[in-house]
Amino acid sequence: MLYAVVSGFGAALVAPLIHQSVRRWSGWLLVLLPLALFGYFASHMEQISDGEKIAFAYTWVPSLDVELAFMLDGLSLLFVLLVSGIGALIVLYGSAYLADHPQLGRFYAYLLMFMASMLGVALADNLITLFIFWELTSISSYLLIAFKHDYESSREAAKKALIVTGAGGLALLAGLILVGIEADTWTISELASRKDVIQEGGLYLPALLLILVGCFAKSAQFPFHFWLPYAMEAPTPVSAYLHSATMVKAGVYLLARLHPSLGGTDEWHAIVTGVGGLTMLIAGFIAWQHTDLKKILAYTTISALGILVFLLGIGTGLAVKGAMIFLLVHSLYKGALFMVAGSIDHETGTRDIAQLGDLAKSMPFTAVGAGLAALSMAGLPPLLGFIGKEIIYEATQEAHDLLPLVLTAAALLANIFNVAAAAMVTLKPFTGQAAHTPKHPHEAPLAMWIGPVVLGGFTLAFGVASNLLLKDFFAQTVAAVYGKPYEVKLGLWHGLNTTLVLSVVTLVAGGLLYAYLRQILPIVKPLNVGEKLGPDRLYDIGFEGILDFASLTERFFQNGHLRYYLMTIIFTLSSLLILTMTTQIDFDSIQLNVDDVLLHEYLLAGLMIAAAITITMTSSRLMAVAALGVVGYSVALLYVFYGAPDLAMTQFSIETLSVVVLVLVLYRLPKFKDFSTPRSRARDGIIAVMFGGLVTTLILIITSEPLQSRLSPYFAENSYVLAKGHNVVNVILVDFRGFDTMGEITVLGVAAIGIFALLKLRPSSRKEE
Amino acid sequence: METVLAFVIGILFAVGIYLMMRRSLVKLIIGLGVLGHAANLLIFTVGRLTRGEPPLIGKHEEVLSGTFADPLPQALILTAIVIGFGVQVFAAVLIKSAYRIVGTDDLDEMKSTDETQP
Repeated sequence: MLYAVVSGFGAALVAPLIHQSVRRWSGWLLVLLPLALFGYFASHMEQISDGEKIAFAYTWVPSLDVELAFMLDGLSLLFVLLVSGIGALIVLYGSAYLADHPQLGRFYAYLLMFMASMLGVALADNLITLFIFWELTSISSYLLIAFKHDYESSREAAKKALIVTGAGGLALLAGLILVGIEADTWTISELASRKDVIQEGGLYLPALLLILVGCFAKSAQFPFHFWLPYAMEAPTPVSAYLHSATMVKAGVYLLARLHPSLGGTDEWHAIVTGVGGLTMLIAGFIAWQHTDLKKILAYTTISALGILVFLLGIGTGLAVKGAMIFLLVHSLYKGALFMVAGSIDHETGTRDIAQLGDLAKSMPFTAVGAGLAALSMAGLPPLLGFIGKEIIYEATQEAHDLLPLVLTAAALLANIFNVAAAAMVTLKPFTGQAAHTPKHPHEAPLAMWIGPVVLGGFTLAFGVASNLLLKDFFAQTVAAVYGKPYEVKLGLWHGLNTTLVLSVVTLVAGGLLYAYLRQILPIVKPLNVGEKLGPDRLYDIGFEGILDFASLTERFFQNGHLRYYLMTIIFTLSSLLILTMTTQIDFDSIQLNVDDVLLHEYLLAGLMIAAAITITMTSSRLMAVAALGVVGYSVALLYVFYGAPDLAMTQFSIETLSVVVLVLVLYRLPKFKDFSTPRSRARDGIIAVMFGGLVTTLILIITSEPLQSRLSPYFAENSYVLAKGHNVVNVILVDFRGFDTMGEITVLGVAAIGIFALLKLRPSSRKEE
Repeated sequence: METVLAFVIGILFAVGIYLMMRRSLVKLIIGLGVLGHAANLLIFTVGRLTRGEPPLIGKHEEVLSGTFADPLPQALILTAIVIGFGVQVFAAVLIKSAYRIVGTDDLDEMKSTDETQP
């Protein structure tokens, strides 16, 4: 099973090469991989339906308990079949949709990488492994949304999706770790048996909230839903695959997967049901107010994800069954409808339904797929969508612990919106009067219409023969989510009951909404406050705020004035020094010892001070340089007096060189000028004197303490014994610390090169550029 | 002597810092030089002063014995002197080139690398 997951990553690596070599047929060649995977997983169908689970584990990071553990059960099988099956259709579809695109090879690579990551998410049986694949899906989603990277809107949309889902991912990681700590296991299939430990522990609520944030961000639940409509910037095959049929369901998958261990509490019911319900209503409400096919589909996708979350929040056996059936229903019809939308866009040049009409004649095959998908979306018998909707209504009516009436009303409203949207995306473009489109419409190529037709066919077959085809398998799927065995019965006819009445009401109300759309739209327009106050706006404001803050701090700290940098450094250093001194130092222990000072030493000190003060006072450049030289030679003399002949020699020669260089350079510069005001001079003077005083105090403190050095005795003892040198200072430089000296030589070399380059630089040479 | 030098070093630091905070480029270089001397002396003094006893091992001896000046700060300072010289010369040449191109030695006026119109 590891090979099944890894093969996608491997194929992603070679996909661009395959595309380069076979060009036109690359789609038909690459589709073999998802098809093979679909076959491989489908071959386990019987085993899984019998209630078996297939598990594989490979050691990865044993010290952290991270295993490449995979498990195939009813829930993961449903997901991997959807991922590989729809993946196959999308590879074909993409090969035709992007046939002329120069980066088609890269598209295949991203798509296959995504597919492998998604398989990993669905199969992972280790919390950390799951998280890694989860993040890989976010990254491949980012790459695919930004596929048309030369458009700014694509890049922005991709960034938004990555930031929202990435931030959710971080929350998720924290939540998963908390769960892992509380349950003392990282294996997902063991979590359910420790349900009580997890739910009674103190970490339950934070863990639940963090995991929910991750799931809601991924599955575009309110208030994180806003990234999904932007993600429609991606090429349509991507929207069909990632942003409706598979990736956005990862959050739903994880909720379902963790339902047996985290679900069933009051918090779970309140938050999950509440957020799901809110999302399905808000998104459903917005959906039918758009006219762009992809926008309508995007919002109905959010709404459908809301329904799934809502059902998982209710969490009864019936609700779980409804969620799993509806998940299949939605993936089938929404994948098909997105492909249809892409075909329409491809063949007519527009996605605006106001400009479309009567395409059924020119695009018959696409119309068949679209019709089946839309009927399923609207929930008409005998399609699978009808069964899904019936179970949803049954589940809401039966949720006695929660508020059956409110839940049923909410579900009814969401489904009415859905019916209207289904009518809009198919009735309007395919029937009625022909409209003038940018391109003359004709049927899409085989690779593009086969997807909707196959998915539509499945919807029909599953609807007609639901009990025969799905019963045993879904019993296992529901059991995996519900946590205990659950008997699943499916069928079109449930008798004459409230549920049927609700279905009829849904259809009639949805139909009326579509019929009177033009009259209703102006009435509801003022209700759309989301654009001004919604989370999307908040995101933008927050983002601008971060940038503003960054430029503010940058302007403050990187102000371009050397003296302010110096002041910052001095201020920080002084504060730290003063803080340490006042808390750690006993000032009484400072000794001022001047008994042993000889007369010529006093004279030397006086000379240095006088020279230093001259530098600050003089208005002549030469005088300043000369005074600097006096300080330097005085320092050298001091080295002579205090047993440092090497230093003295170096200092004498360097000082001479410095003075020569400075005089040569300064000769070309203007006279000493006072640019600054007396006030700023006074301010700088105070700062400088205070810092000087601090340094003096520091030296007095240090020299009052006895010196403890372990290095100096070592050098004294070993310079000759180990390095055969009589001059200890030289031995340290060239032997004990030889590498430092090499670094020093390198610095000098670099400086020399820099000086040479600067001297060669001529202003005229800049003009020629 | 450490006490006396502590005051000398304090004054050198003050002068160096004060000069570096000026707007004139020339003062900046000279301030850099003064600061370098101050830092070297700081290391020297903190390592304690020993009059007239350089850390040299006698012709027929194998280890340093008796009182001797600490070789470690001397090694550090030797490196610092040379590096300081490199920095100072580089800064001097850089400033000279900058002045030639920008036409001012006022740090606050040096806001772009564009040449001034003749």
